Amino acid sequence: MSCTTLFEQVLDPDHRADPYPLFAQLRRQPVCRQADGTYVVSTHAEIARLVADPRISSEDLPDPQKFRWTGHPVTDLLVRPIRAEIRRRHQPFIFRDPPDHDRLRGLVMRAFSPERVRGMREETRQLTDELIDAFAEKSRIDLVDDFSYPLPVTVICKLLGVPPEDEPQFQGWATQLSTALEPNQRSDEATQAKNEQCFTEISAFLRDLIAKKRKAPGDDILSDLATGGDGAEDEPERMNDFDLIATAVLLLVAGHETTVNLITNSVLTLLRRPEHWERLARAPEIAPRLIEEMLRFEPPVQYRTRLAVADIPIQGVTIPKGAPVVLLLASGNRDPARFTDPDRFDPDRPDNRHLGFGGGLHYCVGAPLARIEAEVALVALARRLRNPRLVADPPPYRPGASLRGPRHLCLDLDGVTGA
Amino acid sequence: MSAPLRGAPETILIVGASLAGLAAAHALRAQGYAGALTLVGDEPHLPYDRPPLSKQVLRGQFCDDTTLPRHPDLRAAFRLGTPAQSLDLDARAVTLADGARLRYDRLLIATGTRARPWPNPDEAGLADVFTLRSRDDAARLSARLRAGPRRVILVGGGFIGFEVASTCRDLDIPVTVLVREGAPLSAALGPRLGGWVGGIAREQGVDLRLGAEIERMEAPGGRLAAVLLKDGARIEADVLVAAIGTVRNVAWLDGAGLAADDGGVTCDGYGRVLRANGDIVAEVFAAGDVARWPNPHQDERLVAVEHWGNAQAQARTAARNMLAGPAAGLIRHDHLPDFWSQQFGRTIKLVGLADGADSLAIVHGSLAEGRFVALYGREGRTVAAASVDSARWLPAYAAAIRERAPFPPFEGAVDQPRIRIEEP
Repeated sequence: MSCTTLFEQVLDPDHRADPYPLFAQLRRQPVCRQADGTYVVSTHAEIARLVADPRISSEDLPDPQKFRWTGHPVTDLLVRPIRAEIRRRHQPFIFRDPPDHDRLRGLVMRAFSPERVRGMREETRQLTDELIDAFAEKSRIDLVDDFSYPLPVTVICKLLGVPPEDEPQFQGWATQLSTALEPNQRSDEATQAKNEQCFTEISAFLRDLIAKKRKAPGDDILSDLATGGDGAEDEPERMNDFDLIATAVLLLVAGHETTVNLITNSVLTLLRRPEHWERLARAPEIAPRLIEEMLRFEPPVQYRTRLAVADIPIQGVTIPKGAPVVLLLASGNRDPARFTDPDRFDPDRPDNRHLGFGGGLHYCVGAPLARIEAEVALVALARRLRNPRLVADPPPYRPGASLRGPRHLCLDLDGVTGA
Repeated sequence: MSAPLRGAPETILIVGASLAGLAAAHALRAQGYAGALTLVGDEPHLPYDRPPLSKQVLRGQFCDDTTLPRHPDLRAAFRLGTPAQSLDLDARAVTLADGARLRYDRLLIATGTRARPWPNPDEAGLADVFTLRSRDDAARLSARLRAGPRRVILVGGGFIGFEVASTCRDLDIPVTVLVREGAPLSAALGPRLGGWVGGIAREQGVDLRLGAEIERMEAPGGRLAAVLLKDGARIEADVLVAAIGTVRNVAWLDGAGLAADDGGVTCDGYGRVLRANGDIVAEVFAAGDVARWPNPHQDERLVAVEHWGNAQAQARTAARNMLAGPAAGLIRHDHLPDFWSQQFGRTIKLVGLADGADSLAIVHGSLAEGRFVALYGREGRTVAAASVDSARWLPAYAAAIRERAPFPPFEGAVDQPRIRIEEP
């Protein structure tokens, strides 16, 4: 079969539960042009090469929403075009190239310090235990709604400095805005309209919050970004409000949806292989390696999109200037040329340089936080859930093909053990 | 051609116990070689890493012991502090300075280089005149720098000299750098970028003098007091570091009949050494700073590449080819030269070889920002790429150099200014 329609099948929800056989077919032609002109890159070496290639741009967002008259001249001719232009110029750094990307990311990295991330471990542990305590009286839980969703949103809100009473609202916004990171949803018009509405709301909220942080800074990322952190008096070291809002939204969304998937995919994978679930309960010290293997085996972000800004000859193909490019990270992670026996889940795998957090200059900023959250969550679940059983396998999936994960993961339990 | 090799080797000897020698030993074991393995070293130390010697070690920061990690299953005998003295190709034996005679089935020559000594032996013998190559050199110089000299003079416009000058500035020691050429670092980077680095050094307080040569040193009572330059200038200083290049350690091969001279030991593309008459010696290989081989990225020109990365890559290729039976094909050493240097708060990286380049283009960033990628072209092809504090795109340019892509290989890339072609 020709590979030119394979990616369409990857996007098809029917293949959400197990896209990996499609990836194996795609890898026969490491860089494959699809019928719509998109180039799909599916092998480890080629993905690793392209994330370090200056002919690949991250500024690949679709054109803003099509213009529709509202009948109000001020809105149509002034407010909306200006707002659209601001949005365009102040995309979050995941959608920007150097040098802007580097400046914004550098500021975020400073605020997202190793000490601050490490400091979240104890907090994460407490939250995890509280969430699991609530399962005590239940014989069936939905891991997604009852655990995987609330945990990371609380952690990221805490890190950002969002007051606890606003968390539920944030969770709603995060869910909606995650579609902006989802290439197969973000160009859909209804989604765009909803996102715009949602972005307007969250922007207003954040603008107020940022003003409060400037007056009374706390020990949180938003305060650091808003004030320039410790002793940074120089003006260019601070983000302007547009970039700050875009960054905060990015951290909220990227720090949330991905971790939900990592935890849920992990539990699903382990319950399909009970020996690993039991091993984790017995020997929690294997958690870090197990999570690395999980990031290879079922990465929460399956692919990222880019734009070729010049012709790129690679593997006997030339990706032409202007072509959309899909870097199929999850396929690179199953590339037999890079990983021995790639379809086997093996936490003891040596030299596991997976693409689960991407690569190159856009390598996941939140990787250390995700590792802590997943480790704490999985160890606690494996230890405390009594005899968990999958109710449906495969479970129902959310629509996203890139941010791929179960919508629900119902488990039957015989209760929980104490923390 | 010498007779084809029969049988698997049972005794492998590596002369040179530094980066290349150790890398070869590791590679041999990793490929399942189970026979006897001996490394001979002229220094009394186990293999250690040299790049930190001009930086962290000299600054007195951590790692004054830069011993390289050895695999617990290396099972190698180290003959340290006993330099090899001669090689007998017919008997397949190496004689050491202590008279020991070591037989081999396969030999790797990895004796590297030493610092070129200051040409005037009386001046070279002064306690205040230093060179920097070994760990002991670094320890001596480091102690001297920490004693707070009035001024250090560095002779030589290469990377080692500039790294030492940078370290002196970190330690707040006044430093003068004397460069014979019109720009520093010009052998590796060309005068344009070399001159730019020189400007950075000056900004950070280095007294950089170009076209400067020493007439003589003033050392009343055996202690350095000043140097007189050929242009008549006099500079007072109490420490002088001669960083004027290296000499290849080939003296022990005199009389062995190999094609070896000051330019190195000549090998074929597979790392096998050649006799003076051009015949291949199938069981003797060379790797690292001492080896000179036809470089596929330099039109098969014979070059020796004195880089950390090359030493290891070449050693691994040699190890692989040492174990290859008559049926298995040999692999060519086609490593693209690359190196890095840290100085004056910046990281400089280079891939490819820029000497002989006829054009230069800044393809990312700018000299003014102090963050850039520069490409070198020769006869319309891309031959090298240098980066300052922006190495992220180098892999793409390394691929372009390997592919002998046009110069410049592409335009309109991310973070790319309009490309203007200049003189290197």
